[in-house]
Amino acid sequence: MPEHRAIKAILAWNGEALTDAQFAFGELSLTIAAEKIREACAVVQAAGYDFFEDMTAIDWFPNSPRFQLSYHILSLKFLERVRLRVMLEEDEPSVDSITPVWTGANFFEREVFDLFGIRFAGHPDLRRIMLPEDWKGYPMRKDYPVEGYR
Amino acid sequence: MSERPGAPVLDLPDAESVRGERHMVLNMGPQHPATHGVLRLVVEIDGEIIVSLRPEVGYLHTGIEKTCEAKFYQQVVPLTDRINYLDPLSNNLCYCLAVERLLGLEIPERAQWIRVLLTELSRLNSHLIWLGTHAMDIGALTVFLYTFREREEILRLFEAVAGQRMMTSYFRIGGLAMEPPLDLFDRIQAFIHMFPEKIDEYSNLLTGNPIFMNRLKGTGYLSAADAIAFGVTGPPLRASGVDIDLRRDMPYSGYEKFQFKVPTSTVGDNWARYEVRLVEMRESTKIIQQALDGMPGGPVKADAPKIVLPDREKMKTQMEALIHHFKIVTEGFNVPAGEVYQAIECGHGQMGYHIVSDGTAKPYRVHMRYPSFATLQALETMCKGGLIADLVAVIGSIDIVLGEIDR
Repeated sequence: MPEHRAIKAILAWNGEALTDAQFAFGELSLTIAAEKIREACAVVQAAGYDFFEDMTAIDWFPNSPRFQLSYHILSLKFLERVRLRVMLEEDEPSVDSITPVWTGANFFEREVFDLFGIRFAGHPDLRRIMLPEDWKGYPMRKDYPVEGYR
Repeated sequence: MSERPGAPVLDLPDAESVRGERHMVLNMGPQHPATHGVLRLVVEIDGEIIVSLRPEVGYLHTGIEKTCEAKFYQQVVPLTDRINYLDPLSNNLCYCLAVERLLGLEIPERAQWIRVLLTELSRLNSHLIWLGTHAMDIGALTVFLYTFREREEILRLFEAVAGQRMMTSYFRIGGLAMEPPLDLFDRIQAFIHMFPEKIDEYSNLLTGNPIFMNRLKGTGYLSAADAIAFGVTGPPLRASGVDIDLRRDMPYSGYEKFQFKVPTSTVGDNWARYEVRLVEMRESTKIIQQALDGMPGGPVKADAPKIVLPDREKMKTQMEALIHHFKIVTEGFNVPAGEVYQAIECGHGQMGYHIVSDGTAKPYRVHMRYPSFATLQALETMCKGGLIADLVAVIGSIDIVLGEIDR
């Protein structure tokens, strides 16, 4: 496993930013310290993982840390995928935006902001994307009911 | 945002103060026939030149991802084809593949081949709608009638196989819903036999048509670097010169057994995207032909009695089958905890299902990555500096479905 390209690149950059690495169901997941995610994305991009595919959040309520962000990054050259994970605490969850690295993360981060209430520092246009601007609450959080009246 | 309850809902830029009096802000949509659904575009124009463009989405948001969390794994399948309703079987396939990887299920070969066969038909369906509506947006109304004639035939095939014309839900976790009807392969063969001629027919109507050519050639340019930066996938990415197709490069569901070409172009304009999709339709026809020729025999469901519903016959005669049926329907089946991301190549580009399981019978989180959502971000780059009339051509050529953007 340590000979994997993405792990090698991240270890060469900053071994302390990588807090966990797992290989399950044929997929590599690397957990990155929350404040380092933008740099980590730039590092894996330079290592050949050049295509930002997907990004979303998972709410592990009531566990702590509550939020998990999963970034899926594909390498068009090596044809393999790496998943970067970031764990965030419940209070005022905020993380650096990766839009300076991949412009295409814009809508994905707006969606997570809209539905989970996670802020992205440095995002160029952080507004609600799916819901009306005056919507109260963050529907994809686990403490938000699936059905009912307001 | 929720902190500002009194904030205005429409946050239009104040063109007068920002850019001087020459500029005008034009609101296109959400109810506009050329936006293929409910897409709203806030366009700032200088005369007829587009200065900036901002897509506003969410008018079709139904919270399908949230709904998925409240359903059993097998109950999510019918939700998926309502997302991209033009390519329903690709949705089913992507979801089923993801859950099957979590479960570690082996899918019988016949089921895999039928999946490929029907997914390619579904891709043809998607491309036919694209071609018809794209040409109609530009003013070639006739093509729409031609493509919908063939699409109708595909929908009849779907009806024969799944009982539903659009919302098929035919692929299930562990295989297919049932063995397809006896005459299905003959009917698909007849369709495939005549279909290449029909593509020639569309091509005759459009490829040499000077109006169509002038509208598409040189408009909506997207460079390969921009396409990658924005996360554009599928035909628009290949038309910009990036040669990637997950069916060939990261094969799933037995695609490695099929021979087909992946068309690319380096031009990157609307015309290149048109040509790439036309060739793609011909290649899909070849894949369908190979699937028909080499269709293996055997079961269409995996041998996993606790996950796959038993046949009716077995359920009525064997006690265990009846118990399994009862347990699956009432309690669902537990899926091992974990996280998978399964991507496939659908008609519009790369579709991805990200499923997180916590070990229970309901998915903890289902996230869908749909190609149009990412592709829409590139719209401003493609239209900036161009004429406002070309905007309609560009929207048509990137082939968006609002159902999959808003989910």
